[in-house]
Amino acid sequence: MQQQETDELEIDLLCEGIYRRYGFDFREYSRSSLKRRVNNLLGLERLATVSELQSKVLHDTRFMERFLLNLSISVTSMFRNPEMYLAFREKVVPLLKTYPSLRIWHAGCATGEEVYSMAILLKEEGLEKKTRIYATDFNEDVLKKAKAGIYPMSQMKEYTSNYIRAGGKASFSEYYSARYDNVILDPKLRKNIVFSKHNLATDSSFNEFNVIFCRNVMIYFNETLQERVHKLFHDSMCRFGILVLGNKESTRFTPFEKEYQDIDSRLRIYQRRK
Amino acid sequence: MARKLIVIGTSWGGLNALKTLFPHLPRGFSLPVAVAIHRLRESRGFLIDLLQKNSALPVMDAEDKMPIEAGHIYLAPADYHLLVEGEKFSLSVDRLVRMARPSVDVLFESCADVCGEGAIGVILTGGRDDGARGLARILTCGGTALVQNPETAENPSMPRSAIKATETKNIYDLPELGKRLCALDAANRNRLEREIIYDKTG
Repeated sequence: MQQQETDELEIDLLCEGIYRRYGFDFREYSRSSLKRRVNNLLGLERLATVSELQSKVLHDTRFMERFLLNLSISVTSMFRNPEMYLAFREKVVPLLKTYPSLRIWHAGCATGEEVYSMAILLKEEGLEKKTRIYATDFNEDVLKKAKAGIYPMSQMKEYTSNYIRAGGKASFSEYYSARYDNVILDPKLRKNIVFSKHNLATDSSFNEFNVIFCRNVMIYFNETLQERVHKLFHDSMCRFGILVLGNKESTRFTPFEKEYQDIDSRLRIYQRRK
Repeated sequence: MARKLIVIGTSWGGLNALKTLFPHLPRGFSLPVAVAIHRLRESRGFLIDLLQKNSALPVMDAEDKMPIEAGHIYLAPADYHLLVEGEKFSLSVDRLVRMARPSVDVLFESCADVCGEGAIGVILTGGRDDGARGLARILTCGGTALVQNPETAENPSMPRSAIKATETKNIYDLPELGKRLCALDAANRNRLEREIIYDKTG
């Protein structure tokens, strides 16, 4: 058996073990990214093989928490892809203004940067009072960070520039206060946000939404799991609801392609047909 | 038999290098090509348009789970890592690797894992040392390493680091590099044809 095949086998066993011991399902994750993250962790923890890692993960729950945190280290920013937010303002907000109340789901919200970006946009468009944002992630540690809304001061230059290009109507500094090397976002932004645990790989639909955001989350899933999640979104979406994906993801390679029409195909804003 | 894939990594001076290299890959070139070039986070279609003007092969940004097709040139999208996932591409927004996203190492290492001896890694002009580790991994997994001649590269740092990490002797100026890739492509097509004949007769 070649080394690569042994590596594959070890990762299969690790995923199976985690699923049966803890219920987190990484079996249908995109293998190349998962492997990279696991290998990074081997380096950090000074372990020689994935089998050694598996032993620690199964026997030491504290180690498992660290492992989970390391598996969810995607890095995002406020108003990532400002053009998308601008298009959302111009093409989606007018539709949203016609509804008496709104439910928005941020699936896989990670550390929350994009959730707060949406909260700011809704406030500026006068929609915040009738909107509830459900921000979910499978990782509780990450959710805690999202809830806290504290980000490094060093990011603010980039976020401010993004905010302006996203069509921001105020001054970005109005939304945070600085302390030492960090900023804390205005707690009022959090008023209509519900943060809760939800695992796209294993949990089911929990409400019906007008808008679902899931940007750069499904890139970590293989096609089987992507299909599951697309079905989950379709089941959780009201008629003519809006789906927003990351700017290099699409419905194109999924069975749900025909269920949506383009609002902006370049910026990956879609609308459920019926 | 693992699939064959050419992966190219470059940074400073990369646009000019690719514009010089791509005209050497003719219509009918059968190997797929994936490029990680350090690019601006918000770059739009400009880079693709420029490269397409200099290439007979279709040039596009790779998308998540896009099938890898023969004779296509795929670019790692701005602000994403590009990885090989079986017969498809996969993207990630994991943290920067040695200050880069897309990272050449990330692309090369996943290509080595998936393609094994079918991996062909090419390091072109660029600052610092991104790609050196990835090219070494490609060699370890039985693949092929090619490096642009540092003497004629706009920035010799990436080629030098790659040569140091791999001790490869496959060092070429850009036009010869194009010829080498065509020779590898011809060898691949001959092999495929032999397999087809074998399928028909045996």
